[in-house]
Amino acid sequence: MSKYWSLMALVTLVFGTLCFAVAPTTWFWDKPIWLPDDYSEHGHEIDKLYYFILALTGVVFLATEFILFYFMWKYDANTNKEPVKYSHGSHSLEIVWTIIPAATLLFMAIVQFNSWAEAKMQNPMYGPDGVAGPNPDLEGKDDDLLATVEVTARQWEWRIRYPGADGRLGTPDDIFDVNELHVPANEDVIVSLKSQDVLHSFFIPNLRVKQDAVPGMKIPVWFKVVRTDPNVPLDFEIVCAEHCGARHYAMKGRVIVHSPEEYRSFLRRKFQEQSATVDPQAATAAGSAQ
Amino acid sequence: MSTVSLPSAHAHDDHGHAASFWSTYVFSKDHKVIGIQFLFSTLIWFVIGGLLALAVRWQIAYPWSSVPLYGANFPAEGGQMPPEAYTMLFTMHASVMIFLVMIPILAGAFGNFLIPLMIGADDMAFPTLNMLSYWFMWPAFFFFGGSFFVEGGAAAAGWTSYPTISTNTAASPGSLNGQTLWLLGLTFVGISSMMGSVNYLTTIIQMRAPGLTMFRLPMTIWGMFITALLQAFALPVLTAAGFMQLMDRSLGTGFFSPEGNIVGNHMNSAGGGQPLLWQHLFWFYSHPAVYIMILPAMGMVSDIISCFARKPLFGYKPMVYSISGIAGLGFVVWGHHMFVSGMNPGLGMTFMVSTMMIALPSAIKTFNWLGTIWGGKIQYTTPMLFALSFVAMFIIGGLSGIFMAATPVDIFIHDTYFIVAHFHYVLFAGTAMGVFGAIYFWFPKMFGRMMNETWGKVHFVLTFIFMNCTFFPMHILGAGGFPRRLADAYHYELFNHMQPLNQFMTWAAIGMVASQIIFAVNFIYSMFYGPVAGRNPWHCNGLEWSAPSPPGHGNFDFQPIVYRGPYEYGSPETTEDYYPQIQPPPNADKARSPSQHK
Repeated sequence: MSKYWSLMALVTLVFGTLCFAVAPTTWFWDKPIWLPDDYSEHGHEIDKLYYFILALTGVVFLATEFILFYFMWKYDANTNKEPVKYSHGSHSLEIVWTIIPAATLLFMAIVQFNSWAEAKMQNPMYGPDGVAGPNPDLEGKDDDLLATVEVTARQWEWRIRYPGADGRLGTPDDIFDVNELHVPANEDVIVSLKSQDVLHSFFIPNLRVKQDAVPGMKIPVWFKVVRTDPNVPLDFEIVCAEHCGARHYAMKGRVIVHSPEEYRSFLRRKFQEQSATVDPQAATAAGSAQ
Repeated sequence: MSTVSLPSAHAHDDHGHAASFWSTYVFSKDHKVIGIQFLFSTLIWFVIGGLLALAVRWQIAYPWSSVPLYGANFPAEGGQMPPEAYTMLFTMHASVMIFLVMIPILAGAFGNFLIPLMIGADDMAFPTLNMLSYWFMWPAFFFFGGSFFVEGGAAAAGWTSYPTISTNTAASPGSLNGQTLWLLGLTFVGISSMMGSVNYLTTIIQMRAPGLTMFRLPMTIWGMFITALLQAFALPVLTAAGFMQLMDRSLGTGFFSPEGNIVGNHMNSAGGGQPLLWQHLFWFYSHPAVYIMILPAMGMVSDIISCFARKPLFGYKPMVYSISGIAGLGFVVWGHHMFVSGMNPGLGMTFMVSTMMIALPSAIKTFNWLGTIWGGKIQYTTPMLFALSFVAMFIIGGLSGIFMAATPVDIFIHDTYFIVAHFHYVLFAGTAMGVFGAIYFWFPKMFGRMMNETWGKVHFVLTFIFMNCTFFPMHILGAGGFPRRLADAYHYELFNHMQPLNQFMTWAAIGMVASQIIFAVNFIYSMFYGPVAGRNPWHCNGLEWSAPSPPGHGNFDFQPIVYRGPYEYGSPETTEDYYPQIQPPPNADKARSPSQHK
């Protein structure tokens, strides 16, 4: 009877597999509890790597848990009549199960390099080598299409600042907003991320973007929203993913996607609204004081 | 060490007067009493930490509803937990579990109790220092416990205490006073650990019984030895960083705050510092601390598995080399906590490679555990069940770590429930299950009585099921991007459909905590009424099993001489299926052999 204790490994195996099998379905919940829809250009690389690791670790999980189950079943003292295998180990086995996992792990690390570099190191503002000079692809384009936006996190909101018609931040025509980040579709968006008080983290699950905002640092974040059908409105939630105090949970923002034309007209409209209500000089002064 | 001495005679040699109650049970210098003091203290904190977790879980399942029991603190809100309290609860749950439970229960309780017994020594090298290492925990107990009652409440900046929420006193209520007490508590835990580690290193190097070479040490001792090394080299960094943060908070220095850092109209320092500096210093300790919280458990599990598989440990030396490898690599992987922190992304690549490689020794250990039970005769005792579940669960915890090590994937799952799943599989499903196994296993040596096997198995089954129902779904929550530390995530469209799953997990967590009542009753009842255990109830080879149960002062009533390693089960040299380390080989000189004790 005692060999039935081996079921603990089998139950682990089955339960774990089931959890991952039903998560992407709607059998138990209204929406899948799984990777949210991805609308970014680089996100599918991240998802691919996730599935790659899931497949590899899944195979190892199934194999090791099954071996554990099988050995526990077979070598139960009450039923196993063979004498104990008096063995202190096997040199060749050790070499096999050192070298194979080592090579696999190293391979797993190497395949991440490109995607990581794309997401965090190859700022589209600069040349393809990631070092100097303006990107030739972007040269000659309208500056505000470059869509540099400054996002300043503070307890507990996202402050947004767009460059005005001059395409430069920190000038009197800057445009201000809170918690609503408007971006053009199918264009590189470069966010200059700052924090005014404590750590925050700028997390857009649908765009596979996450970057901590650190007081005293200005960190570039970039992404490109892919929208194939311009008639479908798109907007995503911004989540704060670094503990920032009591109302951390409520620090919600929104990304609203426009066509490049809509985006420009939005900025113009916003600037007119803003000029009508506040003196732009005062607004700039307030902005740079941050 | 050189002469055979009986426990009673030894006690009088040492003290020259009859030992009083105070010097025997309270300010004792006996490693066994200190170990049991650590065990009781940490188990009590385990209960407190578990209840804190339940309050956190309640809020995640039913946000802003009246909390049972804990809600009594908020009569004005109708028993509903304010978000400030939520941040305090998750901060203190983690801090208590890590600093007052996992680290001291492994090194303090089992390290103290087992090291001298397993190496055949009469006590630690520095008994007074050992006593102090326990009593220096008490200021930490008072600081952590008392911080709940100061203005603003206990620390609420997360157990990682990232500046500037921790350094600026207006950033959160817990940062007003609680954070200072937290830092002081941390300092005392550090002093205690440092005293312990110096003592363990000296004892293991200097006081092994004749014949006990380093490569004849049980894996438990290797785990403790490597852990002590990690503590000794990593802790000073955390202690220094803690003092720097304390000065930032109270003296207006600016190690971790940049210029002009104002929170809620309050500025603590002139600035000039860097918040990321703290993260580097903190993780330089706290990543090795992750191994401090698992290596001794791995060692104890190895001993238990070999004993109940009735078979030598598979690949003893690879096991030793892999924990040494973990210790070495453990110092160069801290940056994987900081992939999205704003640290230079180029460094991220380096840390990714080292982090991937640290999975290798863990894999080797798992394969060797499987190799150990292969071809054995497994006895399914309660300690063995917990030890085997450690292996089954550690596989999950180990594999899920690879997701976070991959930097691009970490961009998405960083600070989601995926990481919460990962470290609970390592720390609860791993270490805590290993610790339960170790308690059932060494209980007869500690108290001279056996724990009840049937109730032990009931405890195992319930804990195992509830634990998996609590922690496994966290993986898929993480895949869905569900962030950790949110008092209420359901106002996000992305997460509002995840509430029913969270409710299921909360009820599983309640079941898991409730199952521990069985363990507590079994533990206390067995201390007084359990069946009396002989010296070696499990028929094990280790030196500790040749001492009386419980061992008297001075441990051994004979001079232990070691003839072999601790894993000689099923050896063809003997007719028994075990071959104690002290038993002389059949052809040995009879005059030199120690008297036989059974």
